[in-house]
Amino acid sequence: MDIFAQQVLNGLVLGSVYALVALGYTMVYGILGLINFAHGEVVMIGAMVALAVVLFLTSVSPGLSPFLVIIFAGILAILVCMALAFFIERLAYRPLRNAPRLAPLITAIGISILLQNLAMIIWGRKYKTVPEIFPKETFELYGASITTVQIFIIAISAAIMAGLLVIVHFTKLGRAMRATSESQRVAGLMGINVNKIISVTFMIGAALAAIAGILVAANYSVAHYSMGFMLGLKAFTAAVLGGIGNLGGAVLGGLLLGLIESIGAGYIGDLTGGFLGSHYQDVFAFVVLIIVLVFRPTGIMGERVSERA
Amino acid sequence: MVRPIFTVIVTAFLLFGCGSEKETNDGRKIVNIGHVGPLTGPISHLGKDNERGASLAVDEANQLALVIEGEPIEFRLISQDDEANPQKATVVAQKLVDSAVVGVVGHLNSGTTIPASTIYYDSNVPQVSPSATAIDYTHQGYETAFRVMANDEQQGQVLGDYAVKTLEARNIAIIDDRSAYGKGLADEFERAVIKAGGNILTREFTDITKTDFTAILTTIKGLKPDLIFYGGMDSQAGPMMKQIKNLALAVEFLAGDGVQTKQFMVLSGAEGEGAYASSPGLPLDQMAGGKEFREKFKQVYREDIQLYAPFAYDAAFVMINAIMRANSLDPKTYAPFLRDTDFQGVTGRIRFDDRGDLEGGSISIYRVTNGEWAYIETISGSD
Repeated sequence: MDIFAQQVLNGLVLGSVYALVALGYTMVYGILGLINFAHGEVVMIGAMVALAVVLFLTSVSPGLSPFLVIIFAGILAILVCMALAFFIERLAYRPLRNAPRLAPLITAIGISILLQNLAMIIWGRKYKTVPEIFPKETFELYGASITTVQIFIIAISAAIMAGLLVIVHFTKLGRAMRATSESQRVAGLMGINVNKIISVTFMIGAALAAIAGILVAANYSVAHYSMGFMLGLKAFTAAVLGGIGNLGGAVLGGLLLGLIESIGAGYIGDLTGGFLGSHYQDVFAFVVLIIVLVFRPTGIMGERVSERA
Repeated sequence: MVRPIFTVIVTAFLLFGCGSEKETNDGRKIVNIGHVGPLTGPISHLGKDNERGASLAVDEANQLALVIEGEPIEFRLISQDDEANPQKATVVAQKLVDSAVVGVVGHLNSGTTIPASTIYYDSNVPQVSPSATAIDYTHQGYETAFRVMANDEQQGQVLGDYAVKTLEARNIAIIDDRSAYGKGLADEFERAVIKAGGNILTREFTDITKTDFTAILTTIKGLKPDLIFYGGMDSQAGPMMKQIKNLALAVEFLAGDGVQTKQFMVLSGAEGEGAYASSPGLPLDQMAGGKEFREKFKQVYREDIQLYAPFAYDAAFVMINAIMRANSLDPKTYAPFLRDTDFQGVTGRIRFDDRGDLEGGSISIYRVTNGEWAYIETISGSD
């Protein structure tokens, strides 16, 4: 039983990060109907910037409180990512807003490659070690081990996701975002600055991505220029699974994908009598995705909406 | 926005930059030798390391003012990036063949070396891999394929034996990264463990893009093994080692040569302590010209050797040596001389068997002690 508890815990940690990143995909899709494939790279940039700040601060003033270091690194990473997302939207998507849908998809992939190579030039090609700023402790929970970083990941993801839901559903900004996602033209006629709302949406998504990047880097103690690609793809899958365009769906999809992956990898061998092994981990996750989409093409929480013109 | 003029300059550079010259300024004939390794991606540090090793050999050979068929020549190393990707490997192999290289030093990974070897064989270009250790590479019947490192058959046998007999592990779990190298090594290891009377509890799998191994490690934890063997590279083994400790798994960790690196120590940190890994050949300090090579390398590149640079250096020299003995740049003429190689390299004496494998290759075992790979012993491979 402790093995099962451990797998569930592993899945929750993995899933929380997927959910944070998936929110960025789903918010942008909800408003623009665009899949921002550069989002995974924003996660990577967040991790790399935070790592650079941490390394700089700890070498300049080793006595600085670890709490201050992480706050400072976090804020800077978030600001850099928000600025980055602002410029990506401005340069790669806005000029193509009335172009065929394929065009911004291609610029998105282009931006993703550009950012990866840029990061490779700036930070080098090696896997980088992330120092442990806080002393790491391992706790026992129902027979499963969990580290302080992992507790932190689950707690902070939950808090941020709750905060985001509050922003979207109970503030003026959130109302403007929801209006824009329903119809940009009508929202514009009602006095909403649509361009500004779209920029803000991108920037909020980027802030979440930066936090996700920091959490991933801290959990695995490694960061590298290609870390965002696969994570982005998985998060996108999570967003589709939950119903793309739906915030609650992204969270649910993320957690579900994390659990499926972790439990799938753990038990697939036993379930199939050793016929399929843990190398089918990803296959398993995608098979679940396909099954969900066959029965619910809009994802678990997605609403049936008429195709955009 | 990129200015058009900049684009023009970059394009011009790309078009004319890659050595289409035939002669040096002082009238020596240019002879191109290819080198391939992953210069980008997770193990680019190892690719760069190999490139430096080969480049050092080429530079040294050029200082000897070599003459072939009465013509003064200068070797040039054309280095290509295969991204550790088998598909890319065949593309760059074809590119090297098209640019008429006399031979190729590479590739680094087994997964890239094997598909590329077909292209070199078809075009009759001899290939000496510094570090591809998968058995299949030299078992395809290609007389152009050589390597200067003991293969996985030898390494897997030594490791399997070592796990059961020396480390006294009875119950063993195996993880591999599904690459030609990782899987091949894990297969040989499994065979050797069973032969030595050990028990394989499970085989789990990952791949070279992953950093999360908690799911498979949790499964392994439930089986209570004495030892985990990993067939793969340092970039995965480092984080894996941390996760083993996070999950409070009390096991020995054993891996092959892809893990016996400085980078593993950097990535695993304090958690790497106590890990075992093997490496083909003798430790650098015990190699015939090891210490000298280490200093020379550091002097030129201002960085330490990562892993295979001495083997890349020897691979390049073995090739140059065969060309000089044959006094010919024609692969058909010098290939038999390559097969008859008996060369005292930095890594030891190099001779090839009929398949192109290194004869009498030995395997050394290391363990992380106080943050350093401490040498334990060398076990000579049996053929």
